[in-house]
Amino acid sequence: MALGRNSNQQATVPSTEQGRIDYAGKKIGMWLFLFTELLFFGGMFLLYAVYRSRYPAEFHWAAQQENLLLGSINTMILLSSSLTMAVAVSAIGKAHRRLSCLMQMVTMLSACCFLIIKYFEWGAKISKGIYPNSPVLLAHEKGDILFFSLYFVMTGIHGLHVLIGIIVMAIMLFFTRRGVIAPDNFAKLENTGLYWHFVDIVWIYLFPLFYLIT
Amino acid sequence: MDRDDLQAQTAGYSHYLCVWAALLVLLGMTIAIARHELLANYSVLGSLVIATVKAGLVLSYFMHLRNEGWVVKGMLLLAIGALTFIIALTFVDTWYR
Amino acid sequence: MDDKASEEMSFYEDSSRYRGMLAWLMSTDHKRIGLMYLGALLSFFTVGVALGVLIRLSLIAPGAILNAQQYNEVFTVHGIIQIFLFIIPGIPVSFGNFLLPIMIGARDVAFPRLNRFTLWLYLVGAAVVLLALFIKGAPPDTGWTFYAPYSIKTKANVSLAVLGVFILGFSSIFTGLNFVTTIHRMRAPGMKWFRLPLFIWTLYATGWVQILATPVLAITLVFIVLGRVFGVGFFDPSRGGDPILYEHLFWIYSHPAVYIMVLPAMGIISEIMPTFSKRKIFGYKAVVFSALAIATVGYFVWGHHMFTSGMSDTARIVFSFITFLVAVPSGVKVFNWIATLYKGSIQIDSPLLFALSFIFLFSVGGLTGLIIGSLAPNLHVHGTYFIVAHFHYVMFGGVGFSFLAGLHYWYPKMFGKMFSEKAAKIGWFFFFIGFNVLYFSMFILGYNGMPRRYFDPPPQYHSGEMVSTVGSWLLAIGLIIIFCNLIRALFKGPKASANPWGGRTLEWTIPSPPPYENFIEMPVITEGPYGFGKK
Repeated sequence: MALGRNSNQQATVPSTEQGRIDYAGKKIGMWLFLFTELLFFGGMFLLYAVYRSRYPAEFHWAAQQENLLLGSINTMILLSSSLTMAVAVSAIGKAHRRLSCLMQMVTMLSACCFLIIKYFEWGAKISKGIYPNSPVLLAHEKGDILFFSLYFVMTGIHGLHVLIGIIVMAIMLFFTRRGVIAPDNFAKLENTGLYWHFVDIVWIYLFPLFYLIT
Repeated sequence: MDRDDLQAQTAGYSHYLCVWAALLVLLGMTIAIARHELLANYSVLGSLVIATVKAGLVLSYFMHLRNEGWVVKGMLLLAIGALTFIIALTFVDTWYR
Repeated sequence: MDDKASEEMSFYEDSSRYRGMLAWLMSTDHKRIGLMYLGALLSFFTVGVALGVLIRLSLIAPGAILNAQQYNEVFTVHGIIQIFLFIIPGIPVSFGNFLLPIMIGARDVAFPRLNRFTLWLYLVGAAVVLLALFIKGAPPDTGWTFYAPYSIKTKANVSLAVLGVFILGFSSIFTGLNFVTTIHRMRAPGMKWFRLPLFIWTLYATGWVQILATPVLAITLVFIVLGRVFGVGFFDPSRGGDPILYEHLFWIYSHPAVYIMVLPAMGIISEIMPTFSKRKIFGYKAVVFSALAIATVGYFVWGHHMFTSGMSDTARIVFSFITFLVAVPSGVKVFNWIATLYKGSIQIDSPLLFALSFIFLFSVGGLTGLIIGSLAPNLHVHGTYFIVAHFHYVMFGGVGFSFLAGLHYWYPKMFGKMFSEKAAKIGWFFFFIGFNVLYFSMFILGYNGMPRRYFDPPPQYHSGEMVSTVGSWLLAIGLIIIFCNLIRALFKGPKASANPWGGRTLEWTIPSPPPYENFIEMPVITEGPYGFGKK
């Protein structure tokens, strides 16, 4: 292998070599992580798909037991939080630090509202005796048992991702306030945004599958 | 910050607002379709199609996919393809049992 | 190489603000991380081999050393250790970490701190798995495959073991993510995609499989814990669940996992063949595309582990067909490796000996895979020693031998010392003979009906079991000789030069061992690898 060692050749040098941050590389890394999340949730969607095809009537009935109003409100909350997140990222790029911080806070608060509503939804079910392995649930049809098990597991793992998102956003807000995240260096915030939009997309699919197949 | 700058920044965010509005409209549509008796047979398919449109909007505009090159777009296609095919192949078993 | 380079500090001496062990554990240097991984891997491998020898001893005297329950635990732990702690991380985290940046002309990987984090995840995951063996309760007895419903019901420490594997899975995922990003973004000027060494191409393909397959295992393991702890019955028929869906989800990862194991192993062979025949690889692009094809097609064959599970006939036919397809690119590689030797100036040093062994043993394993992949024979050999022999030929005869090939090939580069070639060849001899005695007899046992995972073989198999066990002793002797040779050379071996084998990829242009920043000046690449010229 022939090597040229002089800088006379107009070869492109990897950007990290000159001490510049590889912004595109960090973005690719984040997208790759999101693909792993896609496949992680994908395993659950696979189970849902198979069991729905096996027990269509029970899934249909069970979905009617869901609280459509709360689910719709939650969907609106998450969609709006995606907006505020996108604005937050755009804002810091335009050096509008205060707007960015405000938007980040609104995103976090929206996420908290989502979780609070989820808490009430779960609470309502649990008070009716519907939770995995409960005697009430086990007395139901097999399709119902599967539907509600999938409901708790999928919204639970999604909710865990929302919670993690809130924590990460809090850290990013701290960084933005401190100037670590700045107009010339906001890959962290952009990547957090990518994560948050992904969490939103998962819910965009969960909502119809659990609330609307009636 | 002068007025021109202010204009510039609000103009910059307005396309996000438009996308958000579209998402809310689609949300309304998907709920309406689900509750519409006549479309019952297609409601699941319709819901998933609308969900995919919404996801596409979030991907393209909020996640800036439309500004990305073929590397990122190709990688996303690979990941979605992988998930699609493993669900499809699993169905080759469960559908034909 | 100029004199200044040889006086340069190697990465071993480079100072960090930590001292002692912490200087290593806190290092983000891909070379140190690679070596730490290597040490851990080989330690766990040794434990796994010991368990294997124990299994073989028990099989010739059932009940004398282990009772039936203990036997189940031993083969389960043997599988978990060899697969999750050795062979899946295996080549990527050791040789991949050490060599990837150097071979593409970079100073480190894209995310060095993430790289360090994967090492910590690996160590923590391994510790959790080992904890499951020793704390109150019993070691897992489900087989490394953790099939439901038994894995949900057994009183053994399955949740803890599965948590350990979950953590190890993330180590694997982040390694793959790091490598894919590194190869996209950090190639030296002029290092175009089709000038990359073939080992790098296999690390790239492997990285994608790690990213796209491992998460499915992760969620499946979560389902096991949910079943055990919360009674979530996704695989419990009394709750509407389907145990075959567990098998689907499990093998959707675990089949691509074998390509995570074997693709980098094939990459090593592709590096060794040109160097030891002094010819460039035959059909570079074909080898590249075959690696990508194996990764892609291999993603869709998982059902061939489930032919007797109760899957639909349609699925069986589809999976068998795709399984036959995946053999084609492997065949392309074998052909191209051998063609590289043709009219070459062949030097049969130990790396080549191990590499040639790989080609033979992997071919045996691969061809028997076609037998197993055919539906009718599968009914007879599924769950027998034929399967055990097949996967040991491809994973141990294949990946294991390739690991040793790489270890001998890159040993001088990593450690700056040279081992005894004679001792290496003697060790190889015992290892190779022992391996074939140990595992070929299993093909015969399995073909004659000996089931796997059975504690007490029926008496008609006793002589076959005896032969196999003797093979395990020869293999163990071989391994001892090989590792004593390598460990001794660390302390007493002569200093190695920058390029003892005459290789033509970037790692041979820098000192042995390399300096901290790999290259004094960034190389600029003007042609492809293996530039041995026309012959």
